[in-house]
Amino acid sequence: MNNSVKSLLAVVFGLIAGALLMAVTGHNPVEGYMYLIQGGLKNPERIGNTLATATPLILTGLSVAFAFRTGLFNIGAAGQMLIGGFAATAIGLSLDLPSAILLPLMVIIGFIGGALWAVIPGFLKAKYNVHEVVSTIMMNWIAYWTVYYVVPAYFKGTSLETESRQLPSGAMLHQEWLSNLFQGSYINLGFFVAVLVVLLVAFLINKTTLGYELKAVGFNRHAAEYAGIAVKRSIVLSMFISGGIAGLAGVAQYTGNASSIQIGILPTQGFDGIAVALLGANAPLGVFASALFFGLLYSGRGFMNAMTDIPPEIADTIIAIIIYFAATSILIERLIRKLKVRRAANKKQGEQDHVDNA
Amino acid sequence: MWTTLEQIFPYAIVFTIPLLITALGALFSERSGVVNIGLDGLMIVGSFTGAFVVSKLQEHYQGSWWVLWVGLLAAAVVSALFSMLHAFASINLSANQIISGTAINMIAGALTIFLARNMTGSGNIRITQGFLPFDIPVLSKIPIIGPLFFTKMYASTLLVVIILLLSTFLLYKTPFGLRLRSCGEHPHAAEAAGIHVRSMRYIGVMISGAFAGLGGATILLTYSGEFTGNVAGLGFLALASLIFGQWKPMGILLATLFFGFASTVANVSQVIPSLAVFPPVILKILPYVVTLIALVIFSKSSNAPKAVGEPFDSGKR
Repeated sequence: MNNSVKSLLAVVFGLIAGALLMAVTGHNPVEGYMYLIQGGLKNPERIGNTLATATPLILTGLSVAFAFRTGLFNIGAAGQMLIGGFAATAIGLSLDLPSAILLPLMVIIGFIGGALWAVIPGFLKAKYNVHEVVSTIMMNWIAYWTVYYVVPAYFKGTSLETESRQLPSGAMLHQEWLSNLFQGSYINLGFFVAVLVVLLVAFLINKTTLGYELKAVGFNRHAAEYAGIAVKRSIVLSMFISGGIAGLAGVAQYTGNASSIQIGILPTQGFDGIAVALLGANAPLGVFASALFFGLLYSGRGFMNAMTDIPPEIADTIIAIIIYFAATSILIERLIRKLKVRRAANKKQGEQDHVDNA
Repeated sequence: MWTTLEQIFPYAIVFTIPLLITALGALFSERSGVVNIGLDGLMIVGSFTGAFVVSKLQEHYQGSWWVLWVGLLAAAVVSALFSMLHAFASINLSANQIISGTAINMIAGALTIFLARNMTGSGNIRITQGFLPFDIPVLSKIPIIGPLFFTKMYASTLLVVIILLLSTFLLYKTPFGLRLRSCGEHPHAAEAAGIHVRSMRYIGVMISGAFAGLGGATILLTYSGEFTGNVAGLGFLALASLIFGQWKPMGILLATLFFGFASTVANVSQVIPSLAVFPPVILKILPYVVTLIALVIFSKSSNAPKAVGEPFDSGKR
């Protein structure tokens, strides 16, 4: 069955489950969904905010999807995002350069920060066959504690202990003209970076030799090795790029959507990236679409929460249930196959009856 | 140095216990052939169930000790039921077990806060009283080991130690344990020998759910006292302990003790002069770095169950 059909069915089931959950806990699901959608799309400002909310999700989703294509499960996007965002913030706070130079530099440094963070698990996997799931989880916590202590020590905020200093306006992806275009939304240049990366990754995966090699390693590591592909190099390179993209998510989040970096929290977008990638069937455009959908749920939930007494966590719950259905899509396949078989049998029976009657 | 050790030892044990029981549960799941990365979510479900049951009961039975045990039991049962989602996906539907486990984590984290917010409005559930630490009468007077092991002890600690001993016996000395382990090593051979692989895997996942639930509830009833919607990533740490401990009960005990100690040392380092010389960041990241190093060292001689993570298809040999 087509991947996008599977994903759409998973979304439908997730929304139905969410409606049931709202009904069971004594809320009106129709009202809930109405406000949820309004909250994400009602006016240009809300649409802009939905795009901004989706931006880091597009990037973490791409990050996870990219690694997946090489058969790697990058569960460490959160840590890579944190380090990438931290590196960009550190540059933005330390260097006094014109925006036109500073912003690209921050983006590049953010990419490199995330990439280096992911290269360690990639190297451990290639050289020592250490499972990347466990090593990326460890790297997440190392990132968490590193930022936790380094930010207050060197970039301490003026008012809050748990944040870095505010970035100067010249060091932010947030731009006045763009914000005004969307009537005061917090959409920023990060969105365009994300779109660009979607196109680049699509090109890389589908049109280049490197992309072909990475996919080959993902399909069958041993066959790829036999075919002369440098499997170990592919693994390290794949993690490097995957981590870099997650680092860009950090840049978009901490220097675009926000203006400082928080400590004591692993960004949830890192884990949502797994969901985004899965729902998007690991294809760049699929990832883009599913990130926009999650962005809508996340940015609309505040409005829903203000207008009704449905807890905002319904959005996370719906996403989680969608992922469960996406993971178990074989159930849907079986169901459809069974229906088809039954329909075919009925048809045959009908024809038989027809013949008998004649 | 000795007094320092005496002081931090009880805390280290308190921190070790939830990790130990959760990792021990994961041992059953992985030995039966199912990777369970959803431990974090299952612990959260346990913590939520424990908090809900205990706080409700404490409204009526203030100060009754049995309330806490009912909470523990409820946490184990509900988490075991919740783990069926993972079992069904990975055993019946041959889903990718890592993705299914990730879904479990996401559902647990979101759903429990959603429900908590419906009930209390804030998303947190507080209990009025958890287990109280006590000194075991005679044993705590033994020199050296008395102060280390038998003071400031929680009842839940005893329970977990008993479960550890029983689990080891069950896994290595009974026919059931042999069958369970065979499903994680050579499921087709096991099936040929008449073992129902799928049922055994269901049991493995269910035990891991129940134990992770106990782990989550133990955090609540010993040192946290409040459900907050997460367990600070301890489920993932339990998974690391399982691998660090090389899928063996005693290995897991040592690995979790290591994590318990490392975390406690990092937490108290600022008030202990001999430790204050280390920058806190070094002490905080030490356990994770050591785990990475350990993974590299063990990579040549991994004792992972051979069929772990692979869906069982009886037609495929």
